[in-house]
Amino acid sequence: MRLVLDGFTKRFGDTTVIDALDLTVEDGEMIALLGPSGCGKSTTLFAIAGLHRVDGGRILFGERDVAQVSAQERNVGIVFQNYALYPHMTVAQNIAFPLRVRGASVADMDRKVREIAGLVQIGELLERKPAQLSGGQQQRVALARALVRKPDVLLLDEPLANLDAKLRMEMRSEIRRVQLETGITAILVTHDQVEAMSMCDRIALMKAGGIVQIAEPAEMYDNPADRYVAGFLGNPPIAFLDAVSDDILRLAGGAALGAAGTLQGLGPIALGVRPEHYGPGKGVPLDGTVIMLETHGREDLFEVELAGGGRLRAILPAGSGVRPGTTVDWGIDMTRVFAFSPEGRRL
Amino acid sequence: MQEQRAPNARHWPLIAGLVALSAPLVVMYLYQVIDTVTTTPPGSIIPDGVTLGHWRFLAGPLSEGGPSVWSLAGNTLVFATCTALVVTSVSVTAAYALSRLNMPGRGFFLGGLIVLHAFPTITLIVAVFLILQYMGLYDTLTGVILVKVAFELPFGIWIMKGFYDSVPWEIEMAGVTDGADRFTVWRLLVLPQVQPGLAALLIFSFLSGWSEFILPLVLAPANAPQVLATYLAGIIADDRFADFSLFKAVSIFYALPVLAIYMIFQKKLMNIYGGGTKG
Repeated sequence: MRLVLDGFTKRFGDTTVIDALDLTVEDGEMIALLGPSGCGKSTTLFAIAGLHRVDGGRILFGERDVAQVSAQERNVGIVFQNYALYPHMTVAQNIAFPLRVRGASVADMDRKVREIAGLVQIGELLERKPAQLSGGQQQRVALARALVRKPDVLLLDEPLANLDAKLRMEMRSEIRRVQLETGITAILVTHDQVEAMSMCDRIALMKAGGIVQIAEPAEMYDNPADRYVAGFLGNPPIAFLDAVSDDILRLAGGAALGAAGTLQGLGPIALGVRPEHYGPGKGVPLDGTVIMLETHGREDLFEVELAGGGRLRAILPAGSGVRPGTTVDWGIDMTRVFAFSPEGRRL
Repeated sequence: MQEQRAPNARHWPLIAGLVALSAPLVVMYLYQVIDTVTTTPPGSIIPDGVTLGHWRFLAGPLSEGGPSVWSLAGNTLVFATCTALVVTSVSVTAAYALSRLNMPGRGFFLGGLIVLHAFPTITLIVAVFLILQYMGLYDTLTGVILVKVAFELPFGIWIMKGFYDSVPWEIEMAGVTDGADRFTVWRLLVLPQVQPGLAALLIFSFLSGWSEFILPLVLAPANAPQVLATYLAGIIADDRFADFSLFKAVSIFYALPVLAIYMIFQKKLMNIYGGGTKG
C-alpha cells in the first residue's frame, strides 16, 4: 500500500521536533529513514504507527487519512529494537496474538502462524519461549508477529542494532528477502548507513527533524545533495579539504590542483574526497606523509597529512608495503571530487 | 558453585564464636517449645513432668463464656485474607495507573505515596477511631480491615509500581499496534510480567494482616471481632496469675501458619526486595 506523509508535524510540548515533513513511500517499496540519533526518525516511525499523536498534516495509507486514527485501527506491523516479544507466551502464541485480539478462530490462527513461521524459517521453534531463543531467532519471531496480520505497512525500528556483526549481515538479507516475498511496503529506521544502503530501495536522509535528501542508495552516494549527506554516507568516511577557487583551483595550503572549470572565481570552498578517489597515480600528485595505517584484511586504510595542511584518507588493496611515516605523492581524482560552499551547499 | 569443604582447624574459632553468640537464641526457642509440653517447678530450669495441659485452649474456651481459639483463628484468617486481597487488587491497578498512565494529579499521588509510606500511621489512630465511630464501623471486623488496608496501600502500590516500571514500554507499544486496547494489553501482556510481585505482595500483606495487633486492639476491643494477637495479649494481661506456659503454647499456635507460609513462599517473598522481574 502506498504511504504518504503530507506536512506531518510533531511537537513535544513547545518544541517542534518535526516540521511539515513530506514523504511518499510507493507500494511495495522499502525505504530507510537514516540519520543520527535525535534527528526525528523514530518519532516519525511511531507517528506512522499511531503511538505518537500527530500535531499537524496528513498520514495517508492508500487513500485513507489515518492521522487521527488510533494505533489499534491502523493495521501496521512494527518490529522493535529489543523485539518486544511477550516473554510469558510461546513463539506460536506471540505470533498469534494480533490474530487473537481480532477474534480469529483457532484453526485460522494455527494455519496462519504456521504459514508465516515457514516464511521466516522458525517452524521448529513454535513451542519455545522467547527466553530460549537466540537474538536472531527472536528477531525472526518479531518479524513474523508483525507480518501475520498482513499489515498495510511494516515498520522496522533499528531491528539489527542488538545483533552481533555476523548475524546482522544474515538478518539484513533475510528481512529484505521476506519484504520482497510479501511485497509489503516497509520503512526501516536506522542510524547505520550500511543497513540503509544494503536493504532499501531508497534512503531518506534526515537531519534535525527534516529530510535532507531522498534518493536511491547509489545515487545518494555518487551525488550527495550537500556536505552533510556526503559526510554521512561512506565508510570509511569522506575527507574534506579547504580550497580556494580563483583562476585555478588550489588547496588552502597553496598546492595547485588544476583548472577551476565551473568552479572558477568562487573563492573559499571545501572539497570532499572519498578514500577510493585518492591514491597513487590519480591526478595531480600532492606531497604528504602517511600518519596512520589500519589493516582491514582485504584492504588497508591510510590517513595522509598533506604538506600544506589538511588530511585525506586513502583505501588501497592490502600489500602496498607503505608504512606510517612514509612520504608519499599520491593524487586526487579531480573528476570525482565534490565541491561545497562554506555553508555546505553542493556546488 | 563453590566447593564444599569439611570444616578444618582454621574454622573452629569462628564456629565457636558463632555458637556462643547464638546460644541464647537457641535456648530461647528451645524453651519456647519445651515449656508448652512440660511443667517446671518455680526457680528451676529443669522440667519435672510432661503435660498437654498448656494446649487446653485448643479444646475449648479458657474461661466460661470466653472466645474459642478456633473462632479467633477464623477471625484472624478472614482479617488477613481480606486485607491481602483488597491491598493487592487496589495496588495492582493503582500502581499501573501511576506507572504508565499520563493522568492529572500523578505527581501529587506519587508524592503522597512516599509521604504516607514514611509517615508513622499509628499517630492517626485517634482520628481513625473517630471516623469509624461516626460511620458505625467501630468494633467491627470490616472497620479494622478498611483501616488496615488503607495503612498498607502506600507500601503495596509503591512495590507494584516498581514492578510495572521494569516492564519495557515496547511490550505495550507492540500490544497496541497488534490491535489490543489498553485494558487488554494490561490484562494479557503486562499483568503476567508483574505476577511475581503480585504473589509476593499477596503473601506479604497476608502476613502483615495476620500479625496486626494495635488496630484490632484499639478499633475492635469487643469479644466478637477479636483476633489471635489480641487474644494472646489478653492471656498475660492479668499480671498476678499470668500463665506463661499457656502464653507460649498459644504463641506457637499463632506463629505456625506464618512459619509455614515463609517456608513455602520464601522465594516469592524475596522478589519484593529484588525489586522487579528478572530476564
